[in-house]
Amino acid sequence: MRLAVVDTERCVGCQSCMFACARRFGEAGLAKTCIGVRSVGGMERGFVVVVCRGCEDPPCARVCPTGALKVKSEGGVFLKPDECIGCGYCKEACPIGAVFWDDETNKPMICSHCGYCANYCPHGVLEVFREEERHSYG
Amino acid sequence: MDRVLYIDLTKKRFWVERRADLFERYIGGTGVAIQLLKENCSDGVDPLSPDNPIIFAVGPLTGVFPMASKTIAMFKSPHTGNLGESHAGGRSAIAIRMAGYGAIVIKGASASPIYVSIHGDKVFFRDASALWGMRSAFTVGRIIRENERGAGLRTIMRIGRAGERLVSYACVTTETYRHFGRLGLGAVFGSKKLKAVVVAGKRSIPVSNKRGYRELYDEIYKSAVESPVMKKYHDLGTPENVLPLNKFGGLPTRNLKEASFEEAEKISGERFARDYLGRRLACSHCPVGCIHIAALREPYEDEPYFYKTSMISYDYEPIYALGSMIGGSDPEGLLKLMDKIETLGLDAMTTGVVLAWATEAQEKGLISEEDTMGIKLSWGDYPSYISFVDLIVNAPNDFFKAVARGVEYASDIYGGKDFALAFGGNEMPGYHTGPGAHIGFLMGSRHSHLDCAGYSLDQKVLVKERLSPCEIAKRLLDEERWRQILSSLAICFFARGIYKPNVVCRALSLVGFEFSEDDLRRIGAEIHKAKYRFKIDNGFSLKTIRIPKRILETSSPIGMLDERAIREALDCVWREVV
Repeated sequence: MRLAVVDTERCVGCQSCMFACARRFGEAGLAKTCIGVRSVGGMERGFVVVVCRGCEDPPCARVCPTGALKVKSEGGVFLKPDECIGCGYCKEACPIGAVFWDDETNKPMICSHCGYCANYCPHGVLEVFREEERHSYG
Repeated sequence: MDRVLYIDLTKKRFWVERRADLFERYIGGTGVAIQLLKENCSDGVDPLSPDNPIIFAVGPLTGVFPMASKTIAMFKSPHTGNLGESHAGGRSAIAIRMAGYGAIVIKGASASPIYVSIHGDKVFFRDASALWGMRSAFTVGRIIRENERGAGLRTIMRIGRAGERLVSYACVTTETYRHFGRLGLGAVFGSKKLKAVVVAGKRSIPVSNKRGYRELYDEIYKSAVESPVMKKYHDLGTPENVLPLNKFGGLPTRNLKEASFEEAEKISGERFARDYLGRRLACSHCPVGCIHIAALREPYEDEPYFYKTSMISYDYEPIYALGSMIGGSDPEGLLKLMDKIETLGLDAMTTGVVLAWATEAQEKGLISEEDTMGIKLSWGDYPSYISFVDLIVNAPNDFFKAVARGVEYASDIYGGKDFALAFGGNEMPGYHTGPGAHIGFLMGSRHSHLDCAGYSLDQKVLVKERLSPCEIAKRLLDEERWRQILSSLAICFFARGIYKPNVVCRALSLVGFEFSEDDLRRIGAEIHKAKYRFKIDNGFSLKTIRIPKRILETSSPIGMLDERAIREALDCVWREVV
């Protein structure tokens, strides 16, 4: 499973995906969301959708001093919270800003590509692909 | 949720009080805001004095369920001198809730221009001298956007020059395209030297039953994206109403000399979508996306191949006020006028009615070209209207100072009262559908079409059956009371068909409020009464409210309106509320 941002031009900025991400854990609000939608610089110019794109050689994992971020075989990472010291290097290393921060635990939050948010994208901005379709979205 | 942030602009201080007493009893939004207004605004306060507070309130479902994304603003209106209540979406409600507040109370006034920036628990008072007097409200938004953090998680509420210069119907704009439009909140900001309020934050909201939460969420979300009513708002948006209302014979035209417009097709939702629609937007946590933005491409006259493209928001009410009401059918002219109004930060609806009144007053010789500084107004002439609007804000002479206070005030001085289309001092919305609409404008606690949707009663009921004036009053009163619950939950009225009473009860239960449907109806009536109490204490009476003669002269789809019947309906309301 892989989450992809297929067309930001269709994004209306409703942020339903952000609320969906937090709701995975049964929580309301936005503290736990691993996806971000903001305007390009004024809503008239559209939106940026920021979410982990599941790099094969992720810079966030490379800079982790304790090895708490493990690279998944299909790309992307998962966090072993017990090993994370909350240094925040991963957040700095991600050039697209897709490492979000949990202020409660002081540890990173990164999309696990579960695809839950895509169910709540009313306008086809987000889609979930199977791994073998990867070439089609790049 | 029960945290109320108080900000004192005079002393540059802020503090938080826990007001569970208010939220448990009045839910949030409108219900809590009217109580906070009463606590902080004594009778007889001058709306433009430091003693007039600004209240913002959101609801317990905000950030929890979709479409509970409105912020309720309450203040004393400098336009009517009475209760001011205005609702806006954008990112405002989510940002206030995510910053950790159920309500914000802004008091006092700053000696020099400032803007206030609320980031979670911290409040910053920032110098705004360099932003004061800036020609375009768009530019102000852009600058604050770059100066502040929290992109995507914040609201930037700001005023334009109209607010700075205390035009009594100046608006507050949020996220470029949404507005606390009506009743002059922008002038209250201006009187406090408050250029903008930024609110940002990010937090979790506990829910009692995680599974139940997800299930009810899915139910509401599904009806939001699948129901035909919501689809209508997403497709053509509110301007879908232009053609049906025109066909029905309820589209106010040329200052309501007529109620249908022969060129309505040119300013219809269909036409705007076909020729100009450039983007659709949504408020935070609303999958519907009803905001429609036109892209207007204009060449510069001084140099070939040099263009600018303006992105201009359009909706039904601005199209009525700046289209049919002033006899305008050129969509580009309409968009340019709209853009001018946004740049200055005026309420589009009131501005349109002011332009319509002025056009007729000049036609009748009540105002001269000297008054208008050489402008000759004529129906549909957009270049003149655009120049006129600049002068409303600059107010270079007595005439423009008068029209900067609306048609009620201007007609006191220049005459033309019979065709000054204001209700309780607030200019008319775009419905001449029958007695329901007009009784609604008169009795509604905000004098808004949204108070009790009389236009809907006209179109759905009164076309088919006759109701006595008291029955009409009762139906509208019931609707307005229920809407106090929706606006206390900060639910968008467009979603009223989804948030039926039983859905509201279930949703509230998940966030810790156990109310029955009867409880809600009782609380709704109580909130409505509290608002009316404020109005009465500040001098309002339905006994003496003026009925503009023009509405009795132009036939509606339900026939000619009868003043006696309207008075009778108002008497019935009055007996209920005092």
